[in-house]
Amino acid sequence: MEEPEITEELIAAHGLKPDEYDRLLEIVGRTPTFTELGIFSAMWNEHCSYKSSKRWLRTLPTEGPQVICGPGENAGVVDIGDGQAVVFKMESHNHPSYIEPYQGAATGVGGILRDVFTMGARPIAAMNALSFGMPDHPKTRQLVHGVVEGVGGYGNCFGVPTVGGEVRFHRAYNGNCLVNAFAAGLVDADNIFYSAASGVGMPVVYLGAKTGRDGVGGATMASAEFDDTIEEKRPTVQVGDPFTEKRLLEACLELMASGAVISIQDMGAAGLTCSAVEMGDKGGLGIRLDLDRVPARETGMTAYEMMLSESQERMLMVLKPEREADAKAIFDKWDLDFAVVGETIAEDRFIVMHGNAVKADVPLRALSGNAPEYDRPWVETPAAEPMADVPEIDPIDGLKALIGSVNYCSRAWVYRQYDSQVMADTARTPGMGAGIVRVHGTEKLLAFTSDVTPRYVRANPFEGGKQAVAEAYRNLTAVGATPLASTDNLNFGNPEKPEIMGQFVGAIKGIGAACAALDMPIVSGNVSLYNETDGSAILPTPTIGAVGLIAHADDVIGAEVRDGHVALLIGGTGTHLGQSALLAEVFNREDGDAPHVDLDAERRAGDFIRANRAHVKACTDISDGGLALAAFELAEAAGVGVTLDVTGTAELFGEDQGRYLVACNFDQAEALMVAAAEAGVEIASVGRFTGDKVRIGRSAAPLDELSAIYRGTFGAVFD
Amino acid sequence: MRAAVIVFPGSNCDRDLAEALRGAGADVRMVWHKETALPQGLDLVAIPGGFSFGDYLRCGAIAARSPVAAEVVRFAGRGGPVLGICNGFQVLVETGLLPGALMRNAGLKFICRTARLSVQTTDSLFTSGYKPLQDIDIPVAHHDGNYQADEATLDRLEGEGRVAFTYAENLNGSARSIAGILSENRRVLGMMPHPERACDPAHGSTDGAAMFAALAGAMLAA
Repeated sequence: MEEPEITEELIAAHGLKPDEYDRLLEIVGRTPTFTELGIFSAMWNEHCSYKSSKRWLRTLPTEGPQVICGPGENAGVVDIGDGQAVVFKMESHNHPSYIEPYQGAATGVGGILRDVFTMGARPIAAMNALSFGMPDHPKTRQLVHGVVEGVGGYGNCFGVPTVGGEVRFHRAYNGNCLVNAFAAGLVDADNIFYSAASGVGMPVVYLGAKTGRDGVGGATMASAEFDDTIEEKRPTVQVGDPFTEKRLLEACLELMASGAVISIQDMGAAGLTCSAVEMGDKGGLGIRLDLDRVPARETGMTAYEMMLSESQERMLMVLKPEREADAKAIFDKWDLDFAVVGETIAEDRFIVMHGNAVKADVPLRALSGNAPEYDRPWVETPAAEPMADVPEIDPIDGLKALIGSVNYCSRAWVYRQYDSQVMADTARTPGMGAGIVRVHGTEKLLAFTSDVTPRYVRANPFEGGKQAVAEAYRNLTAVGATPLASTDNLNFGNPEKPEIMGQFVGAIKGIGAACAALDMPIVSGNVSLYNETDGSAILPTPTIGAVGLIAHADDVIGAEVRDGHVALLIGGTGTHLGQSALLAEVFNREDGDAPHVDLDAERRAGDFIRANRAHVKACTDISDGGLALAAFELAEAAGVGVTLDVTGTAELFGEDQGRYLVACNFDQAEALMVAAAEAGVEIASVGRFTGDKVRIGRSAAPLDELSAIYRGTFGAVFD
Repeated sequence: MRAAVIVFPGSNCDRDLAEALRGAGADVRMVWHKETALPQGLDLVAIPGGFSFGDYLRCGAIAARSPVAAEVVRFAGRGGPVLGICNGFQVLVETGLLPGALMRNAGLKFICRTARLSVQTTDSLFTSGYKPLQDIDIPVAHHDGNYQADEATLDRLEGEGRVAFTYAENLNGSARSIAGILSENRRVLGMMPHPERACDPAHGSTDGAAMFAALAGAMLAA
C-alpha cells in the first residue's frame, strides 16, 4: 500500500510541533516514512512522553524502605512483608469515556488491570474515581449510566472486586468527564516481572487478542490525510472484551509460573509501538518486528495501523527460546493467540518489516530517550479572596441539603452495580471510607482509598494537593491501616496555559510535601492533560489512590456504632467554611481559601488513632460536610440516631483538616481522653449515638426520614 | 467429601467455591471444561459463579454445551449431587437439569449486595443445616438473576417443596421471589446468591457455611 507523502499538514496532524519534527529529522537523518512518523508521534505525545509534566514529576518522593519498585514500570510495587508485595496504579481514561462512556470506562478498567498483572500480580482490588458534569447537563445522565455500567461490565466479568472510589458532579466537568481507574494486585516479591528485555536473538512474542483497527490514533489525532489511509473511519475508542482479559490473566500467570518469561509488557496506549520500544529501551537492546506475523482481526491493515492500533487485551513478551512450545501450549489451552513476531537485536535500532519491506528503521533509544521535554511557563495561582460572611443556618436544614445533593448522598446506586465481593476476601465493602481486602491465605489485610477535593485544589493548588494525600491518609487510618504508599492520577487542563500549569505545579508541590511528611511515597501514576472543552478547563483533579496495611483482622477498626456510644471529635473544632461542601450545596458559593493542612498535626492524629484502635468502635475521617455529615454517615450506617451538642455552622460544617469522629463506649472514651492528653491531640466529646433521631442543638429529624433522603437521591436523579 | 469444581473460561468464583468446600472438610478437585470425564468417586459436583465464555450469548448457554457439561448431566442422572451458584445456576438451567430461565434483572442493572433469604425447605442435602423459614444473609452479585418459569412449573416447584430459597425483598424480579430451586430428586440445587461469600466472620455473614457443612455431613453419613 502506498504511504502518503510527509507534508507539513500531516506532521501537524500528528501533533508534532516544528521543533519536535526537526529533532525527529536529526535522529532519523532523513525524511521519515509515514509509519515512522506515526511511531514518533505515538511515542512523543503528551500521554506517552509526559513531556510537560516530567520535570515536575521528578520532584515527587518515590522512595522508602517499603518501595520495591517506584514509577517507571507498569505499576508500583510495595513490600507488605512475608515475601509478598502489592502492585498498584491509577490511570485515567477521560477522553474515551466522554466519547463512548461504556467502552471508554470498560477499557480504562481493562488497561489498569493489565498494568497490574503484567507485573505478575493477580488483581485483588479495584476502585474508580469518577467526575461528571451537572445532572441537568444534557450529557451527564448518559455518561453516568454508561460509565458506571462500563466499569461494572468489565470488572465484574473479569472477577476483581471493586471496593471503593469516588463520584462527584461539578459544572466544570460538563464537557469533559473524568474516569480514573485504580487496580491493585498481589505478588510474591521474588516473582515480579519487569519490562526490560534481555539477551540478543530472543523471540518477541505476541499474546492475547488479535489486532484490529480500533484505537488507531487514540494517542494522536486523526486528520484528512490520515483518513485517506483507512478505508473506513473508525472511532478512536477501543472496544473491551473482559472475557479475553480474564483468559489473558490466567494464561499470563500460568506462563510466568512456568519460568518461560524473560520480560513482559502490556499493549496499552500506542499499542505495539510503545510496548516494543519500552522493552528494548529498558533492556538496552534493539527490536525487529515482522508485522506479517501479527495476528490480525481484519485484512489489509497497513504497518502504520498495526503499529498504532490500541486493540485491547494484548501483551508482548520476551520468551526463553527453549520454552516456546510450553508457552504455546498454555495459550492454546486458553484459546488465545500466540505468535513470535520478532526478536531482540544487539544494535540500537527499531526495525519494522511488513510485506517484505522495511516500514520503519529508526534508532530505538532516541525514540524514547530523546523525547521532548518542556519546562512550560507557569504562574502561581493567586491567593484566594477572603470568604464572604456565611449566614448561620438551621443545622438539620444544612444536613438535609447535603444528603439530598448528588454530591453527598449515598453512592449505593453506583457501587451496587460493581461486584465488590468476588474472590471472597472483601472485609469492607464500599459505602464508607476505605475498602478492605484480605491478603488471601494470610492474617493481613489491605485497605484502599481514593481522594481529592478539586474545589480546594482550584482555590489553592498547594494546600489542595496536600489535602488529597492527607484525606487518603485519614481514610486508611480510620479503618486501622498503616498507609504504605500512593499513586497519583493528575487530571488538569491545557498545560500550555501558564495558569493551568501553575495549578499543576502547585498541586505537585503539595502532593510531594504531604507524601514525604506522611510517608506515603508515590510509586506509580498517570497524567491527563488537555481536559478542556471550548477553552474551559476542568477543576484541577489530582486523584490520590492510596494503599494501607493492616497486620491482623483484630486491628481493623470496624463500623460498630451502638446505641449509647459516645461521639468523640479528634483533632479540634471546626472553623473553616471556605470552599466547603456547605457553601457549594446550600449557598451555591465556592469562595474563600481551601482549608490548610498541618502535616505534623495530621500525622499526630493518625498515629493516635492507630495506637488506640482498641478503644475505637467505629471511626470516620472528617472531610466534606464537616462534623455534621460525618456524624450522620456513621449513624446512618448503623441505623442508630445521633445527638450532637454542637450548634455553630462552622463547628458543624467546617472542613478543617486532620480530624476524625470516633464512636466508643464510656470506658473507652475515658481511656482515649487520657491517651490524647499524653499524645498532644485535641479531643472532645461532642455527643452520643442514641435513639432514632438526628438531633443537632435544638433541631431534630427522624433518622428514617433523613435516611430516605440520603439513600434515595441518587436514584431519584438518575433512574 | 470428594468434590469437583468445574472451571470454564470466564469462571471467577471457582477458587472461592473450592475454599468454602475445603473449609467444610472437602477434598476438592478443579476440573477444566474440556475434560471428558469427571474424577472417580465424587460426592459432589459444584459449578461456580462468573461469566463463562463471557456470557456474551445467553448466560451459561455455551458452558452447558462444553464437553464436561455432558458428564455433569450424566453424574446428576445417576443421582449425583450437583450445586450451581450464580453462573452455575444459569448453566444448570441451560443443561436442562433444572427448569425455568434466568432473565435480566427487572431493574436492568447488575446488583451486588447482601440479600436476606428465607429458607423454604430443609429437606435436601444442601439445606438440612437450616431451620424451616430461617432468615439467612447471603450476598448476591448478578445481572441475570430474574428467575422465570411458566405458572405450572412454578406451582409444581412450590407444591413439591422444591423452592429452596426465596428473597425476603424481591430484588431482581424473580417469579415468586425465587432465589434457588431443587431438582425433582432434590439432589441438584441451583441458586443465584453466593453462600461461599458468607462463610467467614470477615465476610460479614457466616450464614453460607451451614450449607457446606450440611453437605459434608451428609457425605460422611452416606
